[in-house]
Amino acid sequence: MENLVQEAMQNVNLQAIMPSLVLCGFGMALLMVSVFSKRGSTAHVAWLSLVALVVTGFVALSGWNNPQAGFAGSVLYDNFAVFFSLICLLAAGLTILMSDKYLHREGYPVSEYYPLILFTTAGAMWMASGIDLMTIFLGLEVLSVSLYVLAGFFRRQVRSNEAGLKYFFLGAFSTGFLLYGVALLYGVTGTTKVDGIAAYVTANPAAVTNTMFIAGGVLLLVGFLFKIAAAPFHMWTPDVYQGAPTPITAFMSAGPKAAAFAALMRVAIVGLDGLQSEVSSMFWILAVLTMTVGNFIALNQKNLKRMLAYSSISHAGYALVGLVAWNKIGLSAILFYMLVYTLMNLGAFAVLVLLGKQSEENLTLDGIAGFGYKKPLLGVVFSIFLFSLMGLPPTAGFIGKFYIFAGAVEAGYVWLAILGVLNSAVSLYYYLRVIVQMYFKSPEEDFAWVSINAPVAISIAISVAGVLYLGIFPNTVMNLAKLAGF
Amino acid sequence: MADNLLSIMTFFPLLGILVLLFIPRDNGGLLKGFTLAITLATFAISLPLAFDNVFATSGDMHYREFYEWINIGNFFQMNYNLGVDGISLWLVMLTTFIMPISVLSTWNAIDKNIKGFMAMLLLLETAMLGAFVSLDLFLFYIFWELMLIPMYFLIGIWGGQNRIYAAIKFFIYTAVGSLLMLVAIIYLYYYAVQSGANMSGFGIEEFYKLDLPYNLQFWLFLAFGVSFAIKVPMFPLHTWLPDAHTEAPTAGSVILAAVMLKMGTYGYVRFAMPLFPQALPTFIPYLSALAVIGIIYGSLVAMMQEDIKKLVAYSSVAHLGFVMLGVFSLNLQGLAGGMIQMVNHGISTGALFLIVGFIYERRHTRLITEFGGLATKMPIFATIFMIITFSSIGLPGTNGFVGEFMALMGAFQSNLRWYAVFATSGVILAAVYMLWVYQRVMFGKVTNPKNENLKDLSAREIIIMLPLLLFVFWIGVYPNTFFSKMNPAMEKMLDQMGRNEVAIVEMHQPAAVEHGAEQAVGHGDEHAPSHD
Repeated sequence: MENLVQEAMQNVNLQAIMPSLVLCGFGMALLMVSVFSKRGSTAHVAWLSLVALVVTGFVALSGWNNPQAGFAGSVLYDNFAVFFSLICLLAAGLTILMSDKYLHREGYPVSEYYPLILFTTAGAMWMASGIDLMTIFLGLEVLSVSLYVLAGFFRRQVRSNEAGLKYFFLGAFSTGFLLYGVALLYGVTGTTKVDGIAAYVTANPAAVTNTMFIAGGVLLLVGFLFKIAAAPFHMWTPDVYQGAPTPITAFMSAGPKAAAFAALMRVAIVGLDGLQSEVSSMFWILAVLTMTVGNFIALNQKNLKRMLAYSSISHAGYALVGLVAWNKIGLSAILFYMLVYTLMNLGAFAVLVLLGKQSEENLTLDGIAGFGYKKPLLGVVFSIFLFSLMGLPPTAGFIGKFYIFAGAVEAGYVWLAILGVLNSAVSLYYYLRVIVQMYFKSPEEDFAWVSINAPVAISIAISVAGVLYLGIFPNTVMNLAKLAGF
Repeated sequence: MADNLLSIMTFFPLLGILVLLFIPRDNGGLLKGFTLAITLATFAISLPLAFDNVFATSGDMHYREFYEWINIGNFFQMNYNLGVDGISLWLVMLTTFIMPISVLSTWNAIDKNIKGFMAMLLLLETAMLGAFVSLDLFLFYIFWELMLIPMYFLIGIWGGQNRIYAAIKFFIYTAVGSLLMLVAIIYLYYYAVQSGANMSGFGIEEFYKLDLPYNLQFWLFLAFGVSFAIKVPMFPLHTWLPDAHTEAPTAGSVILAAVMLKMGTYGYVRFAMPLFPQALPTFIPYLSALAVIGIIYGSLVAMMQEDIKKLVAYSSVAHLGFVMLGVFSLNLQGLAGGMIQMVNHGISTGALFLIVGFIYERRHTRLITEFGGLATKMPIFATIFMIITFSSIGLPGTNGFVGEFMALMGAFQSNLRWYAVFATSGVILAAVYMLWVYQRVMFGKVTNPKNENLKDLSAREIIIMLPLLLFVFWIGVYPNTFFSKMNPAMEKMLDQMGRNEVAIVEMHQPAAVEHGAEQAVGHGDEHAPSHD
């Protein structure tokens, strides 16, 4: 162990972790700012957090086409990491924009909220750049611990408490699985480095049939699958998503999920390449199961947050299709899809943030009857997000799904693609039902409490612009996603 | 020849929406007037196509536009690839022609949320025109799916009693079919790439050149065919249509009948049939059988309807059966009949929906039993309704005759002879249900006191109907205007469909034929395509 530490210390390359360092530095500074701020004033911390995210974004961008490895091969800040870092930063930024008024409305104007989001994001970025299982685990823990707190942030609300506790317990278990998997893999291969594991398998093909190796690999993957809420590890999602503060739900559904996908892709495609056919067929089943479970349960949801929770499960399933394909198209498709999903899902949640009354009892299907007539602009924008979630042109959701299914078909998984589009067809029903309520029913409420404030408006505007831009002119970003794949 | 005529035409309505957004929402008159102006301008933009003689001399694509759109190296490439030929020409014209009429029909009918309604109409026009002029399968698919959204809102917001059910059914039915087609499109592309074809996009002409194994053609035809069959709609996938048609507002029904159903038949002619010519003979007997069942079933069900709008809706199922039968006969007469019948159906069924709209606006009911003896109260209406009824039945001298006659004639000359025999009974059934409904609504004494004070058609309503009547007779008396520009493209398309085929049909010297059929057939013979 000491050798390892020494080796790592000789290989310090701060550039490889600079984005996370910068973000953590900002986070700690902002914690101090919070201490000296007047109770109940949070706006300045929110804006400073945004500055932190933008600065980190530029630092992250410097790693584009300029891969930095460091710490004895445990961190690799390459295009792949840059792309995912930017997705997480975008998710964090949109979340912070929609949070401030919301925290005041719900009665928790506590400025520590923002540094916590920054720490989560830093953890997510570690995960995306980690090529050593321990680094990935470290990132995962930083991410999770902050998220447990954020999920239970409304400490006097039972639902929020439930969300925090449930997320914590199940998260802890899944981390246990993950560590156990790491231990087993280390036992077999003698390394925790992702490429080291791959090299070991190349040198010892027999390892593939080694029970301990397979068990280690599966346990490791289970840990990630829990984070991306793939069925059957999705049970925590609906309660946590419904109970957590809405912006945090939005963030959870995009940022950490993208990070977990990044780690999953690295570990599976680089580390477990020797097990490709086994892992790929496991993902085949999981992808179909995840899409189907998510979509079919969503059909019957009345609560909008809960419905979007199940919908987010099904979207994880679509993204897994790209992983099954195990080819370059599928990989870049996941990168692209994560970006698209971040934009459309955070956009939809931002509308919900505006739409909710205090404690959000009204975020049900019946509660939004006629919303489209009372708030026409928000109605149109919400519809655009929903059409994008359905995967209809000319929105980004369509292009994202096309990219994913193109990967699957190219790799020969035609049936998977067919099951995927049939699942999309099922999903049409529950998304359309929201539109039915918004437009086809007469308004019972005046929605007077819905007032658009500038930060949320910016967040929604960014999302809708992104969804339409990527839907009509996807070329540039698709090519970037291609360059970011490995 | 404007370089970007098709783009300008397609996106002009979309530009109109941007301006529309700034018109105050309570100024209904201005909103309607502006939308009318936009649709008329779009029609004007498209007019040079109709007068361009290039279509009469060459069956190639014209007015081409080509820009690289998405190019992800060795992953895939899509292009913005537009063009129009004799096959799509009249469908494009039908679309731009029917839109101002639909807008005019909303003048008194739509009074809530006019802005939204007009925006949806314009969005729909862009989507429909885009689908007809796209030569890149991916681009086509985008426009094809985009059509769903505005129509979904048109039915769901401004529809009748049962609108929500109808809107969702319409949406999901059509989307399921198109999603399967999407997988087929992707598969086709990667098959082409992996088999070494040098694809520079999803261009339809590049796909035409592929030589696909029969087995693959079979499955891909199935995927495309089901998707288009839902849209046509062919029996037994037609069940969304009566609901959607009945619940939609008049303008929606008119567009749905006149243009959107043609997407299905156009899809067969442009995509499913020429892309997979070897699978075609396998499917034709079954599809033709379904077309004939559609004709007879649609007519019989139409006969028993109590609601006039439902009757017209079911008559669509029957009319589209003739189109499909004509197209499946794979000879020039049949295809010409099918193609012209698409336009005819757009005109006469569009007109019938307008007529239903007229009396619905007056009485707020569509039940046949509520009416009777209207002819005495509304003489102009009676005349127009009579002409349209004749056109729908296919009386010689009207457009319906030319289309149905040629479609059946084509079927007789191909190996679909027996199908044509049964289909012909549909012509009689059409006469039965149309004349019967006309008799019950228009003739006799006014028995219902509510009908005593009905006003005859207003000037606006007459203006709406006049252009339609003009084309009823124009196509009926001198269809060569239309055929002459379709023939070269149809011959080319038949070659494409007959590729790898040994003499699908023998071209007989037609017997003396009346009216336009004669000219069209005569024209066809000059360019008799070789099918060997």
